[in-house]
Amino acid sequence: MRLSWLPIAPLLTIAILLLPVGAGLAGVLAPAFGWFPALGGTTFSLDPWRALFAWPGLSGAVWLSIVTGMGATLVSLVITVMICAAWQGTRAFGLIERALSPLLSVPHAAAAFGLAFLIAPSGWISRALSPWATGWDQPPDLLITQDPNGLALMAGLVVKEVPFLLLMTLAALGQVPARRSVLLAQTMGYGRMAGWVLTVFPRLYPQIRLPVYAVLAYSCSVIDVALILGPTRPSTLAVQVLQWLSDPDLSLRFQAAAGALLQLALVLGLLVLWRAGEYATARLGCTCVQMGHRMAQDRIMRAFSMVLALVAALAVGLGILGLAVWSVAGFWSFPNLLPDQFTWRNWARQSGGLSRIAIETAVIGAASVMISLTLTIACLEAEHRHRLRQTNRVLWLLYLPLIVPQATFLIGLQTLAIGTGLTGMKSAVIAVHVVFVLPYVFLSLSDPWRAWDARQGLVAASLGAGPNRVLWRVRLPMLLRPVLVAAAVGFAVSVGQYLPTLLIGMGRVTTLTTEAVALSSGGDRRLIGVYALSQTVMPLVGFALALALPALLFRNRRGVLDRG
Amino acid sequence: MAKGLQLDHLRITLDGRLLVDLHETVAPGEVLSVMGPSGSGKSTLLSVLIGKPDEGFDVKGRVMLDGDDLTGLGPQARRIGLLFQDDLLFPHLTVGENLAFALPAAIKGRALRQGRIEAALEAADLGGFAGRDPATLSGGQRARVALMRCLLSAPRALLLDEPFSRLDTDLRRQMREFVFARVRSEGIPAILVTHDLEDALAAGGKVISPLGEIRQTAGSA
Repeated sequence: MRLSWLPIAPLLTIAILLLPVGAGLAGVLAPAFGWFPALGGTTFSLDPWRALFAWPGLSGAVWLSIVTGMGATLVSLVITVMICAAWQGTRAFGLIERALSPLLSVPHAAAAFGLAFLIAPSGWISRALSPWATGWDQPPDLLITQDPNGLALMAGLVVKEVPFLLLMTLAALGQVPARRSVLLAQTMGYGRMAGWVLTVFPRLYPQIRLPVYAVLAYSCSVIDVALILGPTRPSTLAVQVLQWLSDPDLSLRFQAAAGALLQLALVLGLLVLWRAGEYATARLGCTCVQMGHRMAQDRIMRAFSMVLALVAALAVGLGILGLAVWSVAGFWSFPNLLPDQFTWRNWARQSGGLSRIAIETAVIGAASVMISLTLTIACLEAEHRHRLRQTNRVLWLLYLPLIVPQATFLIGLQTLAIGTGLTGMKSAVIAVHVVFVLPYVFLSLSDPWRAWDARQGLVAASLGAGPNRVLWRVRLPMLLRPVLVAAAVGFAVSVGQYLPTLLIGMGRVTTLTTEAVALSSGGDRRLIGVYALSQTVMPLVGFALALALPALLFRNRRGVLDRG
Repeated sequence: MAKGLQLDHLRITLDGRLLVDLHETVAPGEVLSVMGPSGSGKSTLLSVLIGKPDEGFDVKGRVMLDGDDLTGLGPQARRIGLLFQDDLLFPHLTVGENLAFALPAAIKGRALRQGRIEAALEAADLGGFAGRDPATLSGGQRARVALMRCLLSAPRALLLDEPFSRLDTDLRRQMREFVFARVRSEGIPAILVTHDLEDALAAGGKVISPLGEIRQTAGSA
């Protein structure tokens, strides 16, 4: 096969990332100012904004979005930094890493359901403490999961973002002489944590800045987790916008568009605020260095950060276990720790619908991964053959779809898609998934791809192999494991997508995620258990295949496996 | 009470293989050179002296500093300064902030601290460099800042881990003189680990292998 389109692959990829975001923004900008011919809006006006600001819940919703966005990001980053500062370079850190990294593949919605099942008044924590400690012999009437302050929502975000930031930090650590810097600080009397925070973190942060921004934008505008764990009346702004959008009264779409733009402004404002916070923190760090305090007594803090890591891991791990138990639960009386009866009925009743939806999910995931993988490999190969270099600006482009809130540009995209009759088509859903899958596939494959020893290619070329033969016969086989891992990462991202499937699929294309989240308002835990567990298992199967396949194919080629 | 750094029958083995066998006392202001090819146990010796031994090593004997037994203490409690072959200046801090990082917090007051830092820079012929970005300094200047940073933390002993191996010949000679002169004037015991005989001889002290075989006695060079 000739890759004659190779030279234009980078441009094509950039277009695939930029066009939907740009078109989506345009598609939301017009109705926000009254232009929506299909709904009779043919003049520009500020009426949508007047309607938006006249809504009495606005300030509450905006405040909630700000608090959860900032709070979840700050807490996630602080926990990540504490874990690294306390344990990086020790054997315990390897354990933490192994405990937290599988959590990355758990979809946000499933983690949120799991957490809800854990902390709810009739959840496992309350059952474990009842009645001997609490005196409850029936579930207390407490609002724990959808608390008005959004604490449960923040917790649900934090347990998912800590593994993400930790993995990003690990990837960046290779470029900083962390071990020796901390040792040097220690020989001067600094505690391990202080040494890490003062000498390693400032050099590391620039490399995890974009992931942190993505976390901030995501936490401020998330929908699925907010529907499961977030408060109602008011809900967060993004959830409210979605409600207006799905209202039978179509005139609310104008207001929704204005709200979506306000959501974008909110995210941009928070990013500016965060940037200012970065400066302030750097100043504070310099003052700290000037004073020379050693902060050598960090034993308690180190133990505490280990506890935080364990809590994060357990919250998701036990949560998933809870989903599994509910999915096979018959009658389950309070405060028993386990159901009184186990049954497969919950699964059997769903089997028809479940397998259809699971196949749909897998097809959408596989297709978007194939497209993303092809584009990524073409880009990286073009970079290799034409000696291009990735600049920081390209990295920003990759992160653009992750930083511009989904709740903003997807609404615009939906408006455009309705106009062109593309909604409700599986191909349109796949296309929009690519926008979110591609950045993750690219980010996870680019490092191993570039680290490949190019001399292997030279050897092959000197034996008469052309560049395509080198690619297909040498480079791709050698990089099979990272390629498959990137595919598994992309598949997990696709399976976890809620809003793109919902808005572009228009209810005609459903995946395990949209189905599970739709069940959340019904409150049937057995059903939620079935769907959320299926949603969790699917990406895990992807990762298992990605690790097992190379091990099987190269079982007698240890050199390939060690390298990957 | 014995002043200085004392290696009291220090024996380090890995899987039954003897790597280090030393019984030495390094007096204040003196430099003991431990010389040997790579893989001979030099870095193992350093990690044990610093208080961060690698796993799997069997350590017998004691390390004493001014009469205190250091056994079981971590690097932050030992106050043994460390100089690597790369200067490891923190690139996110200015030259002055790099030095302030090392200066003990017990020295209080902005003016006093800045005075100490400026004096250290003067002593290294780098007066007025406090506000500079380390990246704008030459290799020799960076090496001197690294040494002054190490000394400002008021170490009770000094470990020099091939500190000259990255410098070219001329610079190397100057830096050697500068380092050993500082060690003498500060009056702290120092151990130099190197595979270079010239470095070891220039230190002016005893030269031995990690297993204690004497290569050169003090002062005879």
